[in-house]
Parts: sequence; C-alpha cells; structure tokens
Amino acid sequence: MEQGPAGGTSAAAGAAAAAGTGGLLLSLSETEQQRYSELFSRCCPPPEAAAGGSSVGELFRASQLPPDTLHQITEVCGAKRVGYFGPAQFYIALKLIAAAQSGFPVRIESIKNELPLPRFMALKNDTEVRYGTPTELHGVKFQVPHATLEKNSYKRTDEGDKQEPKSPLMSPICSPPSSPSTYQRIPLSCGYGKARSGLEQQHGAPYEVRHSTHQQDGPSSGSYGAKSALTCSAPKRSLSVEREQQDSSTQYSDDPWRITEEQRDYYINQFRSLQPDLNAFISGSVAKNFFTKSKLPIPELSHIWELSDVDCDGALTLPEFCAAFHLVVARKNGYQLPETLPETLLPEYLQAASLKAMRDCALFDSYSEPLPSSQQTRDLSRTEKSSAEEVPDNSALLQDGKKDDKQALKASTTLKTIPKEFQHLTVKTAAQEPNALKARPRSRSYSSTSVEDAMKKGEEPPTPPPRPQKSHSRASSLDLNKIFQQNAQAVRSGWLPPPPPALPPRPSVSQTEQPSEGDLHPQMNRPPSQAEENSSAKKEVVLAQPPSKPARRKLRTEAQGLETPELSPAINVTSSLPASKAHLPVQKQSSKQKRAIQTAIRKNKEANAVLARLNSELQQQLKEVHKERIALETQLEQLRPVTVL
Amino acid sequence: SRQCGLLSPQNYPLYIRSVPTENELKFHYTVHTSLDVVDEKISAMGKALVDQRELYLGLLYPTEDYKVYGYVTNSKVKFVMVVDSSNTALRDNEIRSMFRKLHNSYTDIMCNPFYNPGDRIHSRAFDNMVNSMMMQVC
Repeated sequence: MEQGPAGGTSAAAGAAAAAGTGGLLLSLSETEQQRYSELFSRCCPPPEAAAGGSSVGELFRASQLPPDTLHQITEVCGAKRVGYFGPAQFYIALKLIAAAQSGFPVRIESIKNELPLPRFMALKNDTEVRYGTPTELHGVKFQVPHATLEKNSYKRTDEGDKQEPKSPLMSPICSPPSSPSTYQRIPLSCGYGKARSGLEQQHGAPYEVRHSTHQQDGPSSGSYGAKSALTCSAPKRSLSVEREQQDSSTQYSDDPWRITEEQRDYYINQFRSLQPDLNAFISGSVAKNFFTKSKLPIPELSHIWELSDVDCDGALTLPEFCAAFHLVVARKNGYQLPETLPETLLPEYLQAASLKAMRDCALFDSYSEPLPSSQQTRDLSRTEKSSAEEVPDNSALLQDGKKDDKQALKASTTLKTIPKEFQHLTVKTAAQEPNALKARPRSRSYSSTSVEDAMKKGEEPPTPPPRPQKSHSRASSLDLNKIFQQNAQAVRSGWLPPPPPALPPRPSVSQTEQPSEGDLHPQMNRPPSQAEENSSAKKEVVLAQPPSKPARRKLRTEAQGLETPELSPAINVTSSLPASKAHLPVQKQSSKQKRAIQTAIRKNKEANAVLARLNSELQQQLKEVHKERIALETQLEQLRPVTVL
Repeated sequence: SRQCGLLSPQNYPLYIRSVPTENELKFHYTVHTSLDVVDEKISAMGKALVDQRELYLGLLYPTEDYKVYGYVTNSKVKFVMVVDSSNTALRDNEIRSMFRKLHNSYTDIMCNPFYNPGDRIHSRAFDNMVNSMMMQVC
C-alpha cells in the first residue's frame, strides 16, 4: 500500500471513525497512520471495504491480550454493533489494543491519549498461503538457515524502527513480542540478506511456539552432537523473518538439501581430518568407519553412499563427501532420504559452490565460524555478498537445471511439509548449538566439543588401503604416491598412519648359495667399527662354509652313528682358524663394508640356522643312540643270569 | 515374463527379481536346477571364467518353454536370467548386453563400502536398473 492511499485511507478512516463512533475524532499520528493502514490492508485485502473477520481475529490474538479484553475492544470499537470491521472500527480497535497494552482501560476515552503503536506478535499474513503454491517458488530450494547464528541473540528493536516499505508488499514490521527472548534485526548470515528483500514474509504463531520451545529442548540425539548442532535443517528463517520480513519467496531457507557456508566449512574440516589433501579421495573403508559413527542403520548409510558416490568408484571426493555428510545430517534430523541425489548436492554443483566458498573462506576465516552475536553485523555484509552470489547461481541452475520442473516442483511440495518437521527438529538442534558454539573454537575439526573429540580419538587413523588398479580408470585424479606421501606427512589432524614399511635393501648375494633369510632388517646404521667386524665377518663368512659343508658331508656319509665326535673336531678347527685369518686385509669403502657386514650377518644367521638344525638332528640321534644302549644293556642283563648258573 | 537372479559363489541367492511377480517360486526352482549346469560349465572352462552361456532349450519340462541364460563373474557370482521362449525377439546380443549391465551394476554395489559381499542386495539403484532392463523388452 503506498503512502498516498494510505494517507488517504487513514484520513478517510479518521473521518469514518469519527462518523462511526458518533463524533469521536480519532487523530492518528503519521506513524500510526502508516501502521494501521498496513495492518488493515493485510487483514482486508483491497478492494474490500471491511476486514476479514478471521484475519482480524488473528491479528488481535497476536496482540497477546487476554480474550475478554479483545472482546471488549471489539465491542467498543463498534464492530460488534456494525457487524464488520470497517476501517474506522479497525483503527479504533488498533488504538484500543495499544491502549490496553499500555495498561489503559479499554474505553473510548483512552484512545485519545498518546499511545504507542499496538504491538503484535509476528503475524501470519497472506503469504502463508503461498506455501501451498510451490509454483510461485519456482520449485525453490530453500536456503537452509544456519541455526547457529543469532540463535538467541535477537534484540528488540525500537518501535520506530520500521522497515520502510521498500516495496508495496512490505508488511509492517511487527515489533518483536514482549516475550523474554530478544530478537535482533539482523539479516541471516547464511543465504539471507538482500536477496530476500522484496517480499514480505511473516510467520505467525508457529514460530513463536518454536522459539519458546527451543529454549527448553535438550540436546538432540546422535553422537554427532556437534554436527546436528550445526544442522542445516534449522529453519532459521523463523528468526530472520521475525526481524526483517524481507524474505524473498524465492529463497526459502527450508531447503534441507542445500549446504550452507558454515556446513560446508564444517564438512571440509571433517574431510581434512580424514584426508589432508582436499583434492584427494577418502577411501571407502575410511568413510565407512566415519559414517558408521553416526549410528544410522547400515542400509541407510548404504543408500546414502549410493546417492553420494556419483562416479561409483568406492571413494569420496570432497564434494561427494560433503553431499554424503549432508545427507547423514539431514537423515539424523528426520528427513527421509531422497531417491535421487538432489541437485544442490551434486558434485558439480558443490564444486562450483565450493570454489566460491573457498574465496569466501578467506573472508570467513577472519572470524570464527560460530558467529557470536557481536560479529553478526560483519556477517551480514559477507553473507549478503555470498548469498547474492549464490542467488544468481541458484536461479541459473534452477532454470537450466538438470531436473525438470516437475521434479523440482515435487521436491518443493514435499519440502512444504518439511518445514513442520524442520521446526520441531531445529528447535532441538538449535538448543544445543549455543552450547556447541561456545565451546567450539575457531577451527571445528579441533574443537573441544566432546563429541568431536570422541570421534577424533575414537577413530583409528587407518591407512587407506591401496586402491585396486581397476578403479583407476574412473578415479581420474587419483595419485597413490601422493596419497602415501601425504599420509607420511599428515600431522595436522593427528592422523598419522604408519609410514609404509621401507623395503629392505637386497644386498647381492654373490658369496654363497645359502638361502637368503627373510628376516633381514632394514638399513644398518651401525657406525662401522668395521675393521674387526669386517674381518670377523669375512672370517665367518669363509668359516661358515667349511663347517657346514663338512658337517653336511659327514651327515650324509654317516647313516647313523655318532657324528658328534666328528663334528667337534671340525668346530675346533674353526676356532683355530680365526687366528690364522685375523690378518685378512681390510681395505674396503664404507658402503662395501656395510654391505659386507650385512652379508656377513646374513651368513651368520644362516650358519646359525644350519647349526641349529644340526643340533636338533644330533640330539635326535643321541636319543636313538641312548635307546639302543639301553636296549643293549637290557639284553646284557638278560644274558648275564644265564652265565651265572 | 522374465526373471533375473544373482547367486553368490556359494550358490545362495543374493537377488531375485521377477516380472511379473507370480511364479517366483518356480523361478527359484529353475535357477536352482540350472546351477548344476552352470557348475559343470565352469569346471569345464578352466581359465575362461567370464562367459555368457545358454542353457539348453527345454531343459526341464517340455511344456514349459523358457530359456535360461547364465553368466558367471570372476568371483564366481552367478547371474541367471529366465525368459519365455515365446519371446523370440530376444537375441543373444541383447542377452549379453543385459548381463553386462547387470555386471556393471553389481560392481557399483561392490564399491559401496557398506555392502558386505554375501549380503542380500537391497540397493535401490540396482532395483531401478533391473526393473528398467526387464521392462524394456517384456
């Protein structure tokens, strides 16, 4: 309603009021005129002359006066008498409401006083009707408001600070209710802002209810406490609507499938905690462990994976991960999983958005992610920027979107029902957000919230399994080496998988044909006290052969019998040999010495093994020999009595 | 009508879908009896395991005209498809392409870390694919 007609009608109303009330001249101030005319136009869509009874009734109820007072008011203003709420009656009623709210008795006389404007709670206006007409919304995807912001941080604005009617449709600002919670008129950070201006949005009682309830709700379910606190599904819009009523119908925040900036940041941090390189993948098993912590049932997780892993390679890129995370959060907040991936969760869309977000991230990083109330004004400018950017993207995408309009419409119609769910859900989630917010430091992945800590501590940093080769064809940017390197260097999140085992160097086995041992330990770092070691090694290398070979020969030649006496001389020989061989020349380079030492060690071990085997064999033979001896002795015993006659 | 079934290497069903849905029990029975033939062919193949085979016409009762096609993956997962003989429009190539599609979808399922090999397959994407595939010729 423009000013002109408003003035005109108010003047007329004034005159009519005078007429209607039998000569009482109702003088309305400028502001009052404006206000009243707006209210009247709302309750009474032109060109009717009288306000609709129901809308008037709602308005009056919104004034929070007791019902009998309202009855009185209707009587006094003359509507009862006249039978309808004409402009005169309406204005008088408004004045009376103001009077009643100021504490004056409901009398005609009281309206002569200087009165403040009547205060109404957030009114439902005819735009509520628009809920049912999704077409108007272009199948809009709602910007999911972030409940972390200005949750309880609204301040009451003064009465006079009305939003000037920027457009004819601007509804009057209903002053915030006198309920305890204060509301601040700041634009929503996530996605709200200038984009929303232009159309009025007012939401009535339901939001009030929500506000009161969200004070009392306890923490929501789920081990993802912090995450659900974050939840995108908070219909922030309630708060924003309260303060601004500039919401554009094309950007409802109730879209559960749109990821806000904060959520994206959170998801990115979570991704980083699993995989430091944002351009690399999270493997399936890692992601499985991670998402299993959400305690969603496995079939649902499986379905979420199906939806989000678009290229079906068993791994999640950053946008895929964000989509999956978002779906998990949405599901935890009671949303049914869609059959197909919503447009706003497609990797391409998220890629595009994330690039923008990266730019904004630099800005965002300058202030902490949980926005305390003091920084909301700053947020306003940034978010307006970002939201302004997103809006053209959104509209562009919508127009040439991949899904046809029908599907979008269908989505939007289903979304209409969602706001109800949203409401009570976000209430819950919103409640814990301040707690989470306060506790949360700047970077979420290292936050002090217990849940996240538990998650971080609980999760073993698993080494991503080496990817099977056949999947490389689809995973275009996979670079195993890079992943392994990053694994080796990952220190930020404490995710330090063990470095891949270093391959033991394989020294050339040129000296003997003895079987190489498998248990070679890797690099030898012993400072070469090499002279004697090398010489001893060489000795023993040489020596290893003679003792084993003669031993073997002896084993072979002697079928059974006593080999130990044979072997011991051999061993004695070996002990005498070192003396003679002590003077072996030692003129090698250090690396060769090292290698020699290694080979020597290997040989020693082999010799050791051989000797051990020998030992066991000889033990066996010893036992057998013992048995024979015993047998012989018993035979002797048996024979002896014979001789003793 | 036609039916489509997936069997694990241990020969228990991972997925059964019939279009139309009556006679599903008979289909189960058919699949089960055809397993013998499948196993026989597998053992005879040796190296070449991935194959598309055709079972004999009139395998069971002569009155029941249907053809059973089989397909085995490298991991011994068996796909079985039963189609009416009256549906002579179906050529071998089409059967092969259908099996290929099944195999691709099965691979996609395997990529899902929440799927344990050996579980029944409940994937909606898989269902949609199978439905569309079976509808298109029926």
